[in-house]
Order: sequence, then structure tokens, then C-alpha cells
Amino acid sequence: MSRFKQKGKKGVTAINTASLPDIVFMLLFFFMTTTVMREVDLLIQVKVPEATQAKKLEKKSLVSFIYVGKPLPAYQGFFGTEPRLQLNDQFKEVPDIQDFIAQERDAMDENDRNKMMVSLKVDESTKMGVIVDTKLALRRAQAYKISYSSLKVEKLR
Amino acid sequence: MSRRELTPINAGSMADIAFLLLIFFLVTTTMDVDTGLMRQLPQIQDEEEPDKDEKIKERNVFVVLVNQYDDLLVEGKPMNIHDLRDAAKEFIANPNNEPGLPVKVEKELPYFGKVFITKGPVISLQNDRGTTYGMYIRVQNELMAAKDELRDELSTQYFGMKYDDLDETRQDAVKKYYSSALSEAEPKALGGK
Repeated sequence: MSRFKQKGKKGVTAINTASLPDIVFMLLFFFMTTTVMREVDLLIQVKVPEATQAKKLEKKSLVSFIYVGKPLPAYQGFFGTEPRLQLNDQFKEVPDIQDFIAQERDAMDENDRNKMMVSLKVDESTKMGVIVDTKLALRRAQAYKISYSSLKVEKLR
Repeated sequence: MSRRELTPINAGSMADIAFLLLIFFLVTTTMDVDTGLMRQLPQIQDEEEPDKDEKIKERNVFVVLVNQYDDLLVEGKPMNIHDLRDAAKEFIANPNNEPGLPVKVEKELPYFGKVFITKGPVISLQNDRGTTYGMYIRVQNELMAAKDELRDELSTQYFGMKYDDLDETRQDAVKKYYSSALSEAEPKALGGK
């Protein structure tokens, strides 16, 4: 018992906090460099379907995205409510896919070009017609690796 | 002008500022990982090339049709989506060597030795242009799940671990044991665009 009392009586020395900013800055730089700001603003509504077999996409830099879905309410006056394609920040048509893929491929490192993958982010209520056309366009553009973006779940309803 | 002594800048608030920035980046960071069903699209074939699908015998093909109302027709019979996985598993493995299911042949495989496996079963998927994407993914998912489950079962039985945890040569062997190709036919356009 007495041992503990002796220790307590010595008083608490203030912890030197001079290095605290350094630590915080270190964390700050870590998060600054790892943060990926969302590169595209979605103009359409996308609720991807669920799947149990979904796998993680490994390298984000090798993946290009194609969005398909109903335009957001703000754009519906102009573009209607039919599902539309979005490439980068614009509404596009199916024939534009080939140019888009060529562009994306050019932007890539030469060694990575054959590893290119296209992720289709498609709203689950979309009809297959536009998807079939999209897939055909992708095959024409020689982008054969695709991923149907879906939410990983353990069990489907 | 008299030279004043340099007073040190009070750096006490530095930590606060850094914290503020840190919290901002913490909040905006999206660690969202993209997940999806990975598939390989076939190359575009020349029209003149003879259709090699015709050579595959009927019993080796598992026909899955989806119409514009999202109804399933599997091997000529309507089916519920919940039964598709088991049906596909039975088709790929053909455990009882039934005559209506794929032909089985004897094959030498690394790790397994001589095995009696199905010879190149093909799953043929055809949907309508009016099928919803959700249903399409559902079907794709079930078909992939069937294959993945069979492989998992086999690898747990032989190696005591899941297929994904195996090394590459073993994965290859398991892959050869249960292989199935998925062929997608051009869709019909009954349900409109």
C-alpha cells in the first residue's frame, strides 16, 4: 500500500506536447495523399444491383467507368426519363463509347493498357437493350474485361 | 529604428489548425471499394466463320432464357430464380452421370489423379432487350455462384481450404475439374427497346 502512496505524491509532470503538431501533420499528409475526390458528378440515378459473388476491383487506376441510368430530376426536363449513358461528366450515346475507351486507353500507362477494365455502373431497373448495345460497343473497342458493378452482400433476398 | 529582439511566434495553435485540416480530410476521404462481377467479353467473330456452338452437343448445353417480364426458362422449363443455382450446379458436375446432363470423361489432373469429370459444359444465357438489368445480374450471379460453390466444395474436401486461398497451381487444377463456359447469345427484342 505505502508503495503506491509514495509514487502518487511525486506530482504529475506536464507532458511535452511540442511534437503533437508534427504527429498531426503526418496524419494530415497521409490523408491528403490518399484522399480521392470523386472525379465525376453523377448526372443520373444509379442504384447498382446486389450480388453475392461480387469481387473487389484491384487497381482503381486501370478502371474506367460507364454509368447508365435515369437522369436526375434536374435534367429530366431536357433529357427525359429514359435511361441514358454517362461518360465522364456528360450524357453520351452508345456510339461515343469507342472514342471514350480510346481516350481512356491513351491516358493510361503503356504497360497497363491490356489490363484495362471497364466497370459498368448500371441502375438495376434499366432494360437490357442499352446494356447489350453498350457491350457490343465495348467489344468493338476491344475492351473485353468488364465488371458489372454490384454491391457485395452475403445473402440475396 | 531600434532593432527589437525577435519574439518567437506562438505555435501553440498550430496543432489546432492541423487538427482542423485533418478532420476535414478524414471526413471527405471515401474509402469506398468498388465491387463487381468480373466477366470477359468474347471477341467479335467474323460472320463467315462457322458457328462453333453448333458442334456442341445438346446435352452439354444448359440453356437459360430470360424474357421481358423477367421470367426464367431453364432447359425448356419455367424455373424460379432460387432454384437456378442448384440446377446449374447439378449441370456442371453431373454427379450421377445422367444421360440428359453433360458427357463425363476420364481425365488426368494434377493433385486429383484420374478423375471422371464433365467435358466442357456450356451455359448458354439469352435475355430479352426488355429484361431488367437487376434480373440479368441476378442470373449471372447465380450461375457464377454455382461454379464458385462447386470449386469451394472440392477444394475444402481435398485441401481443407477455400478456393480463393489456394495457390495458383492448385487453383488451376480445381479450375480444370469444374470448368464451364458461359455463352451469351444475341438477345431478342420482344420487349421493345
